[in-house]
Amino acid sequence: MVDESAAKRYKRKTLIAFIVFFAMIGIAWAGWKWLVNQPLDNGIRGGIQTPLRKVLDLNEEVYSGLYSTKNLVKEYPKSAAVKKARVNGDVGLDETLFDTAAWKLQVVRTDADTLFLTMNDIKQLPKIDVVYNFKCIEGWSQITWWSGTRFSELIKKYSLHKEVQMKFVGMNTPDEEYYVGIDMPSIMHPQTLLCYELNGKPLPMNQGYPLRLIIPVKYGVKHLKRIGTISFSNTKPPDYWAERGYDYYTGL
Amino acid sequence: MLMAVKVIYKHQVATRWMHWINFPILTIMIWSGLLIYWANDVYKIKIGQTILVKFFPEWFYKWLHIPYRLSEGMAFHFVFMWLFMINGILYVIYTLVSGEWRYLVPNRHSLQECWQVLLHDLHIRKTPPPKSKYNAAQRLAYTMIILMGFGSLVTGFAIYKPVQLQWLTNICGGYEAARLEHFILTVGYVLFFLIHLLQVIKGGWNNFRAMIAGFEVIKDDTKQNK
Repeated sequence: MVDESAAKRYKRKTLIAFIVFFAMIGIAWAGWKWLVNQPLDNGIRGGIQTPLRKVLDLNEEVYSGLYSTKNLVKEYPKSAAVKKARVNGDVGLDETLFDTAAWKLQVVRTDADTLFLTMNDIKQLPKIDVVYNFKCIEGWSQITWWSGTRFSELIKKYSLHKEVQMKFVGMNTPDEEYYVGIDMPSIMHPQTLLCYELNGKPLPMNQGYPLRLIIPVKYGVKHLKRIGTISFSNTKPPDYWAERGYDYYTGL
Repeated sequence: MLMAVKVIYKHQVATRWMHWINFPILTIMIWSGLLIYWANDVYKIKIGQTILVKFFPEWFYKWLHIPYRLSEGMAFHFVFMWLFMINGILYVIYTLVSGEWRYLVPNRHSLQECWQVLLHDLHIRKTPPPKSKYNAAQRLAYTMIILMGFGSLVTGFAIYKPVQLQWLTNICGGYEAARLEHFILTVGYVLFFLIHLLQVIKGGWNNFRAMIAGFEVIKDDTKQNK
């Protein structure tokens, strides 16, 4: 059994194994080149290679299955909140172009007139506090204290029954520079707020005065500051950061 | 010249494939993880006020083209995590079902023998330590790396879904703790890789061939002068 021919045979086997090995490296390299050179997805969701976007959309299917309205974000005592909440984005917040006195929240109904709500209308709705760990997509987080009314209260009060049956909510800043799209289950979460106070005081301009979104089941990118318009749709509304290569869902 | 040889089959075909598939996947996970980490690169090792190591210095980021690629990093990370996870789970299942785990999991002698391996490798101790397929240090290292992989999954999901998988985040000690643990594990992979690479170079051709072709071929002295 053990002789010269065996030595030869195993030399051949070794050679074949290495040819397969290097062929696999070649295939892997070609696959990588193929992936990174794929055209960028430039629809509603842009900025990354189309195959990656497809998998992210698949991830959304998987993780929205995990989502439950019963899963609440952990809340903290008010004393745990930071005194100075970090300000990270200013898109859509140009003060020189913004007329605070004329501001009204526009809620675009599907088959009726648009609602124009004043700050007073919104303050009529039940007020709650949410003190939670705000999570930025960049990786930092901060315990912050926000107050306002649940988004679901708006739906209830103005009988937006038809609208709430739809799949998505879109929000814009008054100047339409910043915009987000959010799935209905997340916007109807009991800790999702139309928020008008930070640390018990009216929102500062750079935190989205007079009204912003607080949505603890999402990263900060979805917490649109200074809401101008709210609309409803069954297709994904445009989303500022999704157009720049981020995941659309970004659910926590 | 006639040369008789003896062939020892060492690594199963499944082990070899999963090992080599894991290599590029883990590389992509670490690279895309760096793209993500850069956006909030707060970790450093300090003694008092002196910063010993900053993760990471500017030259390092520039060298690897890391800055301003968070979205890209997240996309790659959350696509390739599936492959990393599937390959890892298949490996664990295979190792358990095939019985290969017997060579891998440390036994009651391993801890003590591990020192002998270390001393031998550092040329302090002459006699080679006992060894079946893997020596004690290998058993510890290769079992540890699988546990680390599991740890990366757990801490990864704890950061990724801290609301829906809150219980997991709590096990990790919270959101920020999970992020740090995830980072430390990654540093661990890199250290593992460096030592692994040195050991492979030291192990020589036959050892390396076994990881590609599956077998070692050694001269059979007993038959040399037939």
